[in-house]
Amino acid sequence: MAELIIISTLNGVLFGMLLFLMASGLTLIFSMMGVLNFAHASFYMLGAFFGFQIARWAGFWPALVIAPILVGGVGMLVERYGLRNVHKHGHVPELLFTFGLAFVIEEVVQMIWGKAPVDFRVPALLDFPAFTIFATNYPAYKLFMLAISVAIFVALFAMLTRTRVGLIVQAALTHPHMVAHLGHNVPLVFMTVFGFGAGLAAIAGVIAGPALVTQASMAALLGPILFVVVVVGGLGSLPGAFVASLLIGLLQTFAVSVNLSMADLLSFLNFTPRPGTVLRDLWQVTVAQIAPILPYILLVLVLIFKPTGLMGTRDT
Amino acid sequence: MTNILIRGLAAAAFASFGSLGLPLAANAQDTIKVAYIDPLSGPGATIGEVGLKTFQFLADEINAKGGAAGKKFEVLGFDNKVNPQETLVQAQKAVDAGARILIQGNGSSVAAALQDWAAKHNDRNPGKEVLYLNYAAVDPVLTNDKCTFSHFRWDANSDIKMEALTNYMKGQTGIKKVYLINQDYSFGQSVRDTALAMLKAKRPDVAIVGNELHPLLKVTDFAPYIAKIKASGADTVITGNWGQDMSLLIKAAADAGLQTNWYTYYAGGTGGPVAIKQANLNHKVFAIAEGHANVPFAASQATEKAFRAKYGVTVFYPRAFNQMRMLAAAMNKAGSATDVKKIGAALEDMKFEVFNGGEGFMRKDDHQFFQPMYVSSLGERDAAKEPFDEEGTGWGWRTVARIETKDTMLPTSCKMQRP
Repeated sequence: MAELIIISTLNGVLFGMLLFLMASGLTLIFSMMGVLNFAHASFYMLGAFFGFQIARWAGFWPALVIAPILVGGVGMLVERYGLRNVHKHGHVPELLFTFGLAFVIEEVVQMIWGKAPVDFRVPALLDFPAFTIFATNYPAYKLFMLAISVAIFVALFAMLTRTRVGLIVQAALTHPHMVAHLGHNVPLVFMTVFGFGAGLAAIAGVIAGPALVTQASMAALLGPILFVVVVVGGLGSLPGAFVASLLIGLLQTFAVSVNLSMADLLSFLNFTPRPGTVLRDLWQVTVAQIAPILPYILLVLVLIFKPTGLMGTRDT
Repeated sequence: MTNILIRGLAAAAFASFGSLGLPLAANAQDTIKVAYIDPLSGPGATIGEVGLKTFQFLADEINAKGGAAGKKFEVLGFDNKVNPQETLVQAQKAVDAGARILIQGNGSSVAAALQDWAAKHNDRNPGKEVLYLNYAAVDPVLTNDKCTFSHFRWDANSDIKMEALTNYMKGQTGIKKVYLINQDYSFGQSVRDTALAMLKAKRPDVAIVGNELHPLLKVTDFAPYIAKIKASGADTVITGNWGQDMSLLIKAAADAGLQTNWYTYYAGGTGGPVAIKQANLNHKVFAIAEGHANVPFAASQATEKAFRAKYGVTVFYPRAFNQMRMLAAAMNKAGSATDVKKIGAALEDMKFEVFNGGEGFMRKDDHQFFQPMYVSSLGERDAAKEPFDEEGTGWGWRTVARIETKDTMLPTSCKMQRP
């Protein structure tokens, strides 16, 4: 049991940190620009594919640096020549723009790299078990993923709380209009934040690519979860996104290992539905089976009972 | 006004682009169009592509010998994304493109929808009937309670496979604790239920320490599931997983250093052997199938060589060879490439020498094909006897048990309604 808890905690924290790398960018962009960026997970996918391609030409380590910069650049271009033009027409066109962009990116990726998953391997340097607990190996690469995510989290936090740039961004999080009135070049700040957010998602893509599966559907698989993280954490709240990422990472991982069902929970009632009925089927469903939909249940509950999210201050 | 006109033109241009996926052959009227409806994008694409290549290879092979009923085969690919609704849309597109033979295999939920659609289509469109040839969807219900005349299945159904696997497991005294992990849909549930029932009958001493269902083709990291298997203390895992659900499962096992025996249906699929080698599971992963590369049979080994030379991948679907060759034979016998009622009738009770040698036959009662089955394990090879390795790993398949056709026969509950 202790073994399961330790391994599941490690896996859950890892997944949570990956989510945070993406959710942090998403929530920054939302709070500054008021745009719920539907294409955010697509930048994660672009990061993975750019990383794969650069790793082929130059090795994994250059890819880890170059791919996020390239994707960040793509993000800035999207903001400068796409979003900024759409911005004057209001929020709905912006939303539709990012929605369409997600499809465009997916199609382009399919045209270039094909529809099947690509063979993105873990670098040989990190392809060994890092340590063994209770006879279970923990891969070094996963530890590396964890280290990178934590490092970026720390750097991001330091930047936002200790630097002048962070000051402006933070101010824009809560009072976007006031910042503009104070004479800052808000369009430039928007462009930088959008590019930076895309770059963060791309880092997540490069490091997740070899461990998960690099394929054209990876954005669609992860996209919905991101919105859950951002809403549960509270729109525009970085600490909220962090807590929610970890919460959802752990929730999904631990739910898989719980075999409880309604039948177990309500066994004291001495009531068992007859075999073959719908109720019987419901009775037998275990927590492990519904693990994938638990985050969405959480999303609905948060929206009903605390629409501002765990740490948010603004209404969704 | 001009605006509307331009929009109309754009829409028309777009519509004609949409049909570009259709055949571009010059004499399209003269070919037998075979529609391959399987995933060609998304998580199922890796196996869908291999299937498409296999059927194209077979079309070429049969065409080189003059085709069937005087016509050449033409294989058209349709992407159904392993989605039942999408499959029906694609099936209609295939029929509109002139196909009367539909081929599908991945996903029994998809197969059930297509089987139902084909039966209804045939009722409503006399003279334009279709045949649905199923090469891989193995939910037993398709040839039992839900059987239809237009559906034929070449893969052994799940019950036949589990019967063979558990017969082999009966003699393996090392098995004490078994863990079941399967995909959460009709096929995975069927594998689980059959495994539970058969193990209970054949090995009452074995403890079932886990029984897991996970979402179909959605999981990208199986580490949490592997942690759970590890914690259960299982020495053997049984799974019907296919596609990336199989390769990623073993990849996660390799990462965690899980050393158990694996009894599988589809460990040989894309990515499987590489993960098995990485996990160092030497002859500990077993698969049940109607053949493999190292079956000592000259004809199949020659084809294997040609197939690998052309596409760089293993023949993963020996049953596809039986299917297309029998289809050609049935068309020749019926003297028609379009009258699917006659072709269907010709297929019934047809006896045929299968890809890996030995005789198989298409049972008239339920349209299930019966053939010799092999339980094999992947590991180090005896290079003289086992010439082929898998995915460049150096490891290859070795037969541990061969089950003759007559021993694979299971009764059916099918009450076929014939046209």
